[in-house]
Amino acid sequence: MSNLIQSPDGPTIVADNLVRKFGDFVAVNGVSFRVEKGEIFGFLGPNGSGKTTVIKMLTGLLPLTSGTAYVEGVDVKTGAEEVRERIGYMSQNFSLYNDLTVIENLTFYGRIYSLPPDKLKRRMNEIIELNGLGPYTTRLAGKLSGGWKQRLALGCAMLHEPKLLFLDEPTAGIDPVARRQLWDLLFELSGHGITFFVTTHYMDEAERCSHVAYIYYGKLIADGTPNSLRELPDVQPQGTIRVEITTPEVTRALRIARTIAGVRSATIFGQSIHALIEDHLDLETLRALLQKQEIAIAEIRPLAPSLEDVFVELTYKHQAKQEANSA
Amino acid sequence: MRNMFRGVGAVFYKEALHVRRDAGTLFFSLTMPLLQMFLLGFAIDTNIRQINTVVYNADGHRESRELLDRLKNSDTFHVIQYVQNDHDLNDLIIAGKARVGIKIPVDFSDKLLHQMSAQVLVLIDGSDSSVAGQAINVTNAIGLDESLRRVVPDRANFAVDMRPKLLFNPDSRSPNFFLPGLTAIMLLNVTTFLTAFSIVREKERGTLEQLFVTPVRPFGLLLGKLLPYLFIGFFELCLILTAMRFIFRVPIHGNVFLLALLSLPYLFAALSLGILISSKASSQAEAMQLAFLPILPSVFFSGYIFPRETIPTLLYPISYLIPATYYINITRGIILRGANITHLWKDGLALCVIGAVLLIIAARRFHNKVIMA
Repeated sequence: MSNLIQSPDGPTIVADNLVRKFGDFVAVNGVSFRVEKGEIFGFLGPNGSGKTTVIKMLTGLLPLTSGTAYVEGVDVKTGAEEVRERIGYMSQNFSLYNDLTVIENLTFYGRIYSLPPDKLKRRMNEIIELNGLGPYTTRLAGKLSGGWKQRLALGCAMLHEPKLLFLDEPTAGIDPVARRQLWDLLFELSGHGITFFVTTHYMDEAERCSHVAYIYYGKLIADGTPNSLRELPDVQPQGTIRVEITTPEVTRALRIARTIAGVRSATIFGQSIHALIEDHLDLETLRALLQKQEIAIAEIRPLAPSLEDVFVELTYKHQAKQEANSA
Repeated sequence: MRNMFRGVGAVFYKEALHVRRDAGTLFFSLTMPLLQMFLLGFAIDTNIRQINTVVYNADGHRESRELLDRLKNSDTFHVIQYVQNDHDLNDLIIAGKARVGIKIPVDFSDKLLHQMSAQVLVLIDGSDSSVAGQAINVTNAIGLDESLRRVVPDRANFAVDMRPKLLFNPDSRSPNFFLPGLTAIMLLNVTTFLTAFSIVREKERGTLEQLFVTPVRPFGLLLGKLLPYLFIGFFELCLILTAMRFIFRVPIHGNVFLLALLSLPYLFAALSLGILISSKASSQAEAMQLAFLPILPSVFFSGYIFPRETIPTLLYPISYLIPATYYINITRGIILRGANITHLWKDGLALCVIGAVLLIIAARRFHNKVIMA
């Protein structure tokens, strides 16, 4: 236990200035964050931006080029084995053995974590009950539907009672009902003090997390609760408001809206446009300007930024900063 | 606390289940070698017998007919047709109907009767060198023997009397030569393919990625995967040996247990090769192609079919790098020559070294290309 540096109530993950280079390519560039016990930590970012690399570093698979990381109080640099004993991991394609039954898959993972037979039996029953796998115990994993596969995979990952679970895109490709059920289960488990590190592409899932971070090409550009991110000055600059313009002609309306002085940015969201406007431009003036171009406006109303807005704004800011730096 | 082989039991348990579920593959991989064995054991005979021969006997007297009888009785020639002119003789050889044409000139018996040298023309199709070689040897030997008989009627008066004696395989039976070598090729086939596939399948499924995030250690993983296939390889060996002994009647002169023991390092080398292949291949199709690579040199450079003596000098060192070379020496040594450990320990050691080197390269590649990638 020489690697233990914190009290059991300390943060579950402390990542400090993580850097990972592959040759000249910097995949992860000075990433720092903390995940507290019992949080559902949503880790977002475009594909290839370094999400998987960060997970690999935190689970001790990839050595850190520099920086430090403590997982469950264990230094990943010296205690990779110990970290892997304590965490659970579920990869995006629910890495189950399709030609093994539900029970056999669970037994295999139980043996990997060297659970004694009586404990394995007890935990298996608990998992089967918790995930509602009862009717399928002797079915081959390959014959389960997506939602059940995912529950089994989750069961396998938490058989050894880890306090921290890494879920890499746990809901990719499963139906909406199963998706909601999984999130209900995650909330329930997090209520019991289990911490989740979840990567996802779904913004509605990000909204449900108690803590989100956004990584963009190796740099962490957002880190906080969803609400604190919405209030960031970069997202909601002084003297601006965010509005939703509902119109049947979104594409044309977008083109025109972008030409109006005082509109800082505008994006299409389904049947509406989300725009960031300066507060001297009031909603009635905006409506009049659009209607003058023969755009039928159903509604214009103020809007709190969604997390997607947040990430879009922060990405623009980040790109602008980088261009300024390289110029 | 730090157990290098952590997880070996769990992986073995799982792998055994895979094998059981996929009985088709198991059955196929066990019966394919037996099928090959029957093909090579029954159908292929390396001894050249009954070469199709065309004869133009222009002489036709008793002496010439006696000579032809001797040639026929050698078991080497099979006369398919008698012709009456040179043109037909040539034609049959060109057409590929006959490989040897024998022309006995019109004055053959006359010359013999007058104590003169009588010539016989033997035309040989040189396109297959082993057939041609055999035809030359036999005709020369019969010619020499005929001449000697006329000078020294009694063999006991020969100045030098060579008495060749064939050891170990006195009847020159082909199965005795082929099957011990075939054992090496078949074991290589089965074990390399199965291990490579079992790992690549997990790569494709993404389960390998999952395993790396568990406390399973790389050696535990690799060993847990190797062991079931080691048992299968061993079972295969028993099948092959049983069929060889009781169906093909190849006597086993040495100690079967020594053979079993020395098969372990060979299987170890073959399995390590399988891991090496799996570290390179990203799909089962690719693994399939790569797994064929070691087969060719094992067939051609190990002495399995072609004697190693026929390998060109520049390529000869390659044969030392091929596990099958040593293993074929072991199987032929024990089965045919009754060799014991004092004769074969070097081959066993060589296999251990090759296996260890392959495993280290494989484990390293595995670490760099699979875990770190």
